[in-house]
Amino acid sequence: MDHILVAKNVTKTYGNYTALSNISLQIPKNCIYGLLGPNGAGKTSFIRIINQITHQDSGEIFLNGEPLAQKHIASIGYLPEERGLYKSMKVGEQALYLAQLKGLSKNEAKTRLKYWFDRLNIGDWWDKKIQELSKGMAQKIQFIVTVLHEPKLLIFDEPFSGFDPINANIIKDEILQLKENGTSIIFSTHRMESVEELCEYIALIHKSEKILDGKLSDIKKAYKNNIFDVGLQVKSRTDNIMQSLEKQFNILSSNIEGLDHQLNFKVQLPSSHTGEILTELSKVGNVNRFDETIPSANDIFIQTVNSKDNGE
Amino acid sequence: MASKLGLIIKREYLAKVRNRSFIVMTILSPLLMVGMIVLIAYLAKINDEEIRVVSVLDESAFFQTEFHPSKNISYVHMDELTLEQAKDSTNSLEYYGLLYIPNKATVEETANSAYLFTKDNPNTAVTQELEGVFQKQLRQDRLQKLGVSSEQFSSIEKPFEINLSTFEGEKSIKGINEIKAIIGGGFGYAIMMFIIIYGGFVMRSVIEEKTSRIIEVIISSVKPFQLMLGKIIGNSLAGITQFSIWIVSASLLMLAVVLVFGVDVAALTSENGAVAPGPMGVSQLETMDGKMMIYAKEILDIPWGLLIVSFFIYFILGYLIYSSIYAAIGAAVDNETDTQQFIFPIILPLMLAIYVGFFSVFSNPHGPIAVGFSLFPLTSPIVMLMRLPGGIGEGGVPLWQFLLSIVLLIITFLGIVSLAAKIYRTGILMYGKKPTYKELIKWLRY
Repeated sequence: MDHILVAKNVTKTYGNYTALSNISLQIPKNCIYGLLGPNGAGKTSFIRIINQITHQDSGEIFLNGEPLAQKHIASIGYLPEERGLYKSMKVGEQALYLAQLKGLSKNEAKTRLKYWFDRLNIGDWWDKKIQELSKGMAQKIQFIVTVLHEPKLLIFDEPFSGFDPINANIIKDEILQLKENGTSIIFSTHRMESVEELCEYIALIHKSEKILDGKLSDIKKAYKNNIFDVGLQVKSRTDNIMQSLEKQFNILSSNIEGLDHQLNFKVQLPSSHTGEILTELSKVGNVNRFDETIPSANDIFIQTVNSKDNGE
Repeated sequence: MASKLGLIIKREYLAKVRNRSFIVMTILSPLLMVGMIVLIAYLAKINDEEIRVVSVLDESAFFQTEFHPSKNISYVHMDELTLEQAKDSTNSLEYYGLLYIPNKATVEETANSAYLFTKDNPNTAVTQELEGVFQKQLRQDRLQKLGVSSEQFSSIEKPFEINLSTFEGEKSIKGINEIKAIIGGGFGYAIMMFIIIYGGFVMRSVIEEKTSRIIEVIISSVKPFQLMLGKIIGNSLAGITQFSIWIVSASLLMLAVVLVFGVDVAALTSENGAVAPGPMGVSQLETMDGKMMIYAKEILDIPWGLLIVSFFIYFILGYLIYSSIYAAIGAAVDNETDTQQFIFPIILPLMLAIYVGFFSVFSNPHGPIAVGFSLFPLTSPIVMLMRLPGGIGEGGVPLWQFLLSIVLLIITFLGIVSLAAKIYRTGILMYGKKPTYKELIKWLRY
């Protein structure tokens, strides 16, 4: 597979504190890659190394197959978690300045800014100062200057913080659109619901180490434990049926709606084969629900982090 | 790369010169400065013009012709009055005081029983002048008793000034060392002011980038060192702009004030000079002219070219050293109130340079202390400039000292800038920590 970014054994220490320990990652092209981890895990340290704000103590990083170098700055766009703009500078002037720092010519930057300002309906902000804008408005400007130079790799660190739900949705759609257009995106967050929605791949960093990475769907498969959520409509004697089922299967939890003759329960099977239980259930009633519970990214996150903490 | 630095310099410059308080300061400062000078000149003039009237009731025969009106005092003789009457009329005429000289047999006795009556404690200038009159008379009287005639006495009284010359045989005059040091000191002082004002600008600008959280956005596009350098250069250009506007507009204003209001600014300075008060003979005036010629010659002899060139060298190097320290401080803290503990150690060598300059270089421009401080890189920009009006080479600063101080300055500049850049690089990404010196030293190793 073609990778936009490959990190090999990257280590970074600050004095006695290890921020990254032997991290290796492969980030495929044209996907959204979730970089997950609790606060202080080392996500930002890693991102800063990619942006060449700091440098790794050891290990190598390749962008598009080439060792990371100063010239790659123009092909990376970075929206830091700690972000802001010059408060007393005018919106247009500021956006032009930041775009030129990324290597765009003034005219090119102007044309593209016009396009983006129209796209996000903020055309009339050009001459306003940042301090006259609301926080959400400033975030839109911030988003535009991040993507303006059409980088091959975009890095968003908690991109939705500071947005109201409506604007967060607009930005989410823009991120998806950028991905459609061929951009590779690293998405760093500890908010799992957006990970489910956006990320194809994830890596989980905890206490400066990578503890998990891969395709999100594969990880989920690996993490599912054959637990099924079952609804069963029976003719009568709900209690007795429940008792006999409990003898046959590993029922985790159950709830009986006696009046409706409805049994709801969670069951863990020894394997992913469902034939046996379905046969048994069909004998006693009508199966009206049979869902495999797939762990959420949040579950996986908490589970791995906890097991790592306890296991060591 | 170079174009990015250019962009940063341009932004920093524009951000500074468009700043409202900067504009206000640029416009107001020359007005305030000229206003101050005019006010001082005006007050000094008023002060000068106040002549105190002292009435003299002289019953003796010794002092009749000795009280000449002077700059401070004019005399009104009150003859044929009793002491009480004289007191009353002095009071009712609101004169400054009454000098009562009773009639006694000898000058000595007369002087001893003379009184000055005033409303409040008398002004020292007045008492000194009166005492001077008595002293002169007493001295003449005592000498006459020893057989000195009054003609001999006046020839004794002639003032004397020692002739001065350099070893090369040129006529030299007193005060020229001070004048040279003041000129050099002026340059040095300008450097100090510039460093303190515009170094502070650099620091505040760094803090602003930290508090507005734009810093990480910027340094994902440029190297922290480029940003720091651009900031220092941009702010100093803004400073040079402001300084130039100040100098030009203050000079124009001063000229306007002198032309329109006729304030005699020169009078101000000459008052403070060492010109002895009292009537001056023609010959004295002539020597004054001669002195002025020598002063003018000496001032023209000051190696202005060298002074200006070295001003720029020391200015640029000194400013770069100090402003990169300011930038590092700005990066280390979260807000301006935390800067105090770090600012003081910076200002200390600057203050030291000024004080050492004024106390040591004035009296002995090439003494060991002056030499030491003009070589030490944190003080050399100021102290060396105070020594340089004496020229380089014989009679001035030895060439090796001049060169050594520049070399030391350059080495220090490179060292300090790289250390400051390290602190800066780490500090700009640190939030919410109040750094200690220990912490800063740790950052140097990251």
